[in-house]
Amino acid sequence: MTEGRDRDRDRAPNFESAPDGGSPVVAAADAADTTAKGEPDEKQATLTSDAWRELRHNPLFIVAGLVVALMLVIAAFPQLFAGQQPIMGQCSLSRSLLPPQQGAIFGTDVLGCDVYGAVIWGARPSIIIGLTVTAGVGIIATLVGSLAGFFGGGIDAILSRFTDVMLGFPFLVGAIVILSAFPDRTPLIVAGVLIVFGWAGLTRIMRSSVISAKDMDYVQAARALGATNGRILFRHILPNAITPLLVLVTIGVGGIIGAEAALTFLGVGLQAPTNSWGLSISQSQERFYQHPHILLFPSLFLSMTVLAFIVLGDAVRDAFDPKLR
Amino acid sequence: MMTTTTDRTAREQRADEYAGPLLEVDNLSVEFRLRDRTVNAVNGISYTLAARETLAILGESGSGKSVSAQAIMGILDSPPGFITQGEVRFRGEDLLAMPEDQRRRIRGRRIAMVFQDALSALNPVFTVGDQIGEMFQVHLGMSKKDSRLRAVELMDKVRIPSAKDRVKDYPHQFSGGMRQRVMIAMGISLEPDILIADEPTTALDVTVQAQIMRLLKELQQDMSMGLILITHDLGVVADVADKIKVMYAGRIVEEADVHEIYARPAHPYTEGLLASIPRVDQKGTALATIPGQPPILSQIPAGCTFHPRCSWAQSICTTEEPELLTVAMGRHSRCHFWQDVLDAHQ
Repeated sequence: MTEGRDRDRDRAPNFESAPDGGSPVVAAADAADTTAKGEPDEKQATLTSDAWRELRHNPLFIVAGLVVALMLVIAAFPQLFAGQQPIMGQCSLSRSLLPPQQGAIFGTDVLGCDVYGAVIWGARPSIIIGLTVTAGVGIIATLVGSLAGFFGGGIDAILSRFTDVMLGFPFLVGAIVILSAFPDRTPLIVAGVLIVFGWAGLTRIMRSSVISAKDMDYVQAARALGATNGRILFRHILPNAITPLLVLVTIGVGGIIGAEAALTFLGVGLQAPTNSWGLSISQSQERFYQHPHILLFPSLFLSMTVLAFIVLGDAVRDAFDPKLR
Repeated sequence: MMTTTTDRTAREQRADEYAGPLLEVDNLSVEFRLRDRTVNAVNGISYTLAARETLAILGESGSGKSVSAQAIMGILDSPPGFITQGEVRFRGEDLLAMPEDQRRRIRGRRIAMVFQDALSALNPVFTVGDQIGEMFQVHLGMSKKDSRLRAVELMDKVRIPSAKDRVKDYPHQFSGGMRQRVMIAMGISLEPDILIADEPTTALDVTVQAQIMRLLKELQQDMSMGLILITHDLGVVADVADKIKVMYAGRIVEEADVHEIYARPAHPYTEGLLASIPRVDQKGTALATIPGQPPILSQIPAGCTFHPRCSWAQSICTTEEPELLTVAMGRHSRCHFWQDVLDAHQ
């Protein structure tokens, strides 16, 4: 009985995909895999589960998702792809600047290190920084933005002016000043600096988004039906206000990885012996005209990752907006 | 915390013995304090509502009908809106004097509200089942699964077809009439004593309007609720309401039983409203209108607020504001010449 109802419920949203002929099969598979995961019945119709159902049928999401997933795996287990980490200074100088060939498919850099190894091992700090900064910035912006927007008045005045002060700092100058104060710059320190200079803009967006959601009729309706402040904020305002932030943050992962590369390129980001795409690009700046491979491969990985995150962000935005469905 | 609980039980016991009117609005005034001016949206309105009674509050935009409902519900945007005087007694207890937490428990459970535009009054990111079920979760602490079942029952009750399948649809997947039914289902979910419907049919087309009004009436009789209908459409309330209050410029200008008011209005404004209902037998002729504009509420005219637009106006109307004069038992008009208006419709 319960199972029959499950299947009916699950099939209904798939009617739109009926013309391609595969709908009942897809629906059955959906039912099977939700049952297998043992998800409770009422979770089936949440925004998240509907968004997920939508995303699974979006080819852009799948391609971008695969690229991102591959990068995550590379970041987590670089040794699976490139063996030992190529440590600068321990490479053989006799193999300096070899073009791509057998044994060094991306060629070697000026110090004779394998570019392929450097690119693979360089994924980890980039991804760590990208994700940490995204999470940090997202949490701070959601918290500060919704408090300021929802309560307004004095709380808003204090939080918003502080946000404005942070926005007033020129990012590059501020980051260079702070980062040069640290002799040993680990990925976490770089991430911290990027968070400090990144949260303010998103907080502003979150605040205005909360303010516009606060005036919606359904918020007043929820209040008229006896909802508490907390419930109004978390259930009625946040889910409707967070989409712009979600999209910007997802698209921003690419930008953050780029910013890390930029800081590293300027010599205030990550340092050798850490491998990083920014570092590789920075080291190639004097010789890439004669030896394009030392610039090409790290840049390719960098732009591919950035692009994948942006496309992913776009797909996520479309899926989380029920009005576009 | 402990004391509040005991207090409440005691009050509920007292409430059971309570025999007075369900809701008494007494001399309620609301003003909006804007940066450069003060807008007097509601100016000392009073009325009572008994159980099983339907009260229609009629008036054009800006007459203060919605604002008075918001003040009663306690959802007035404040600032800029302030209640400057009056009492709103629910079963004898002044809602305006209650602490917010206690009042919140009454909202939705004892006094509920249906909004005008159901599409914007429903949260777009949750399914209707979630939103109806939320009522049970908030007020009764019910589990998600049980509340979902109750949501289906309620959707059946407001006659949404195949409620079991539709409970997981989003608001935008419903037609206007069905969405309004969802709003009504939320409103009646906890069997409130009073349901306030703020222009429940304005966003709907005529045939659907009639269905929704009939549904509201049936539910009201079914659950012995008091129903307050706020509308600007005299046609909508004719079959449903028991009593009508006509509002103009934040005041009640006429109150009467529904049949009396349609047969013989006792205020020129009501007369004008009735004349401007389009009628089949007047096809082809220009529609009747009330000349002029509703008053700007920060600059309410001296004397009778309606005199600049009134065809009956004499010099006394520009200087002296009429009291709410008794026309008959339970019938009042705020017009110096109510007798003349009444006689004109003999």
